Amino acid sequence: METRQQRKAAAQGAGPGDPRSPASLLEGTDRETLLNYYYQMVLIRYFEEKAGEMYTRARIGGYCHLNLGEEATVVGFCAGLEADDYVYTNYREHGYAICRGISPAVVMAELFGKKTGCSSGRGGSMHLFDLKRRFMGGYGIVGGQLPLAVGAAFALAYRGAREIVACQMGDGTTNGGPFHESLNLAKLYRLPVVFLIVNNQYGMGTRVDQGSAVPDLYRKACAYDIRSERVDGTDLLAVLEAVRTAARIAREEREPSLIEAVSYRFRGHSVVDPDRYRPEDEVRRWRERDPILLYATRLKEAGLMDESTRQELEARAQHEVEEAVRFAEESEFPSVEELYDFVYAGEGGR
Amino acid sequence: MAEMTYRQALHDTLREELQRDENVFLIGEEIGRFEGSYKITAGLLQEFGPKRVVDTPICENGFVGLAIGAAMLGLRPIVEIMTINFIALAMDEIVNHAAKIYYMFGGQCPVPLVIRTPGGGGQQLSATHSQNLEVWFAHVPGLKVVAPSTPADARGLLRTAVRDDNPVLFLENLALYNTRGEVPEGDYTIPIGKAQVMKEGHDLTIISYSRMAVVALDVARRLEQERQLSIEVVDVRSLRPLDHETVVNSVKKTNRAIIFEEDWRSYGVGAELAATLQEEAFDYLDAPIQRVAGAEVPLPYSKPLEQAALPSARQLVEAVDRLAIRKRRVVYA
Repeated sequence: METRQQRKAAAQGAGPGDPRSPASLLEGTDRETLLNYYYQMVLIRYFEEKAGEMYTRARIGGYCHLNLGEEATVVGFCAGLEADDYVYTNYREHGYAICRGISPAVVMAELFGKKTGCSSGRGGSMHLFDLKRRFMGGYGIVGGQLPLAVGAAFALAYRGAREIVACQMGDGTTNGGPFHESLNLAKLYRLPVVFLIVNNQYGMGTRVDQGSAVPDLYRKACAYDIRSERVDGTDLLAVLEAVRTAARIAREEREPSLIEAVSYRFRGHSVVDPDRYRPEDEVRRWRERDPILLYATRLKEAGLMDESTRQELEARAQHEVEEAVRFAEESEFPSVEELYDFVYAGEGGR
Repeated sequence: MAEMTYRQALHDTLREELQRDENVFLIGEEIGRFEGSYKITAGLLQEFGPKRVVDTPICENGFVGLAIGAAMLGLRPIVEIMTINFIALAMDEIVNHAAKIYYMFGGQCPVPLVIRTPGGGGQQLSATHSQNLEVWFAHVPGLKVVAPSTPADARGLLRTAVRDDNPVLFLENLALYNTRGEVPEGDYTIPIGKAQVMKEGHDLTIISYSRMAVVALDVARRLEQERQLSIEVVDVRSLRPLDHETVVNSVKKTNRAIIFEEDWRSYGVGAELAATLQEEAFDYLDAPIQRVAGAEVPLPYSKPLEQAALPSARQLVEAVDRLAIRKRRVVYA
């Protein structure tokens, strides 16, 4: 059974090329907040470009999945939540961690494997975590975070708490069992959870329609009678409005929702992916829909950001990223004596 | 002390822990309205309501993951997996998440979780419904694994597991549910990671756990009468952490060891124990360590085949014989 929102979205063919971004948000939100969204998107952009560079300079090891091109989904998602809500993400998560208030320096230090990193150097790029900021982790197994997010929502419902859980995933996740089990349980137990699919249109090198029998991913929620909608993931305000609405429904009606934000990553799946599977003109077309440029244009047209303000914000973001690298470089690695710390809780760290 | 079955000991402990701590809840397939496939949770839904006794659909990955997520926020879930055979479906959540979350996130978030599940053969349930998969979990740092053999241990270890801040696999055995024994009353707990000497002896040590420990104790008592052999029986009870000290000290005393286990021999618990003894008690061994374990086959349905595949008291006695022969050689050579 399709919900009202789904029918509306289907009728409008919402998605890239069909901007339905709410003008009301632009008018109803104070300028400082709107400029801060811009700042966060730019900060993530610089951070990720720098992370890519640090990887090629062997400061960062392992895998490193960048959010370049997906900044509107990241900032819109986090901006639609409250500070005490819980957030679960997958392995493409640097930007989410930063938006939840973990300083870029501490995120960069984790990527460098330093003791000052947000997981004390034990997790790396795919496993950022900060309990105080209720950033409940990046997870490296596709779909592994979904049952955990549902469990966190279960705990909140169990306690009658007002907070909610928000859970991000990629498009490939929707083809696996954990996605379906999690949606079913969330609906069955009426749990306050918002699922966000960042549909960047490729699960590694597999295009959505090559991996999913139903390429309109938001429609998969119908199987569980969960309210869902698709939004333009290049439009910050569209993502923000959808998340805010879903969060309100979770908070007030104790019902799960699902949002599909159609987006595009500007680079390969990870920093080592040479990206040979995507047509050049497709990449070019999407780069023209750069979410940061689109949002900048809207702010300018609304008279909220002039050229000097933009330059000032970008310079500040660039500086913050430079400082993050400096902090990460200067931080210590964990001592090898700490190798066995944190295997078990409650036993002197061992 | 009260005499009760292994089943009753588990039931009573769950009930008492539900009463003691609001954060404790039970979750699993058929544990509420159906009262549990093996009736461990009988009556608990009625007493505690659906908030504390949560029936799930058939989706092991989903509800085990849910329990881990709930534990991350400070609840203390006790999951029932109907039989250990279904745990394969939840391996990702247990091995990649429950076991790793505390370490991988730098010690920020403990996962206080118990997963109870019965295993073992002998019921003619065939290959996918009678297995001993304890090694899968005992292999993984970050998990704790216990396998009690008696009603008293079931009670004492389950209490401790529920109060532990780590994920604990609590392995039951189908064939033990109706066994009886004395169970201490009150707030009785047993520390995880401590083996128990079930019977003292000085001629040889049988090291075992779960149902095989019960068989081992029976064989030891019988051989004591029939052959005047003094056999020590050690029930390790906890596979991770493993109590090296008790096992090694026993073998230092008796100088001979048999490991008796229901799981497959290759890479099994016995392999770990034998390696430990070789490392820590080599100079004390008067004979090669013997292993008696399950045959290396998927368990067959047909009764004679199944019985042939399971480790038996007869095989254990044969292992004792092998050691006794060596003992004579040493003495008279």
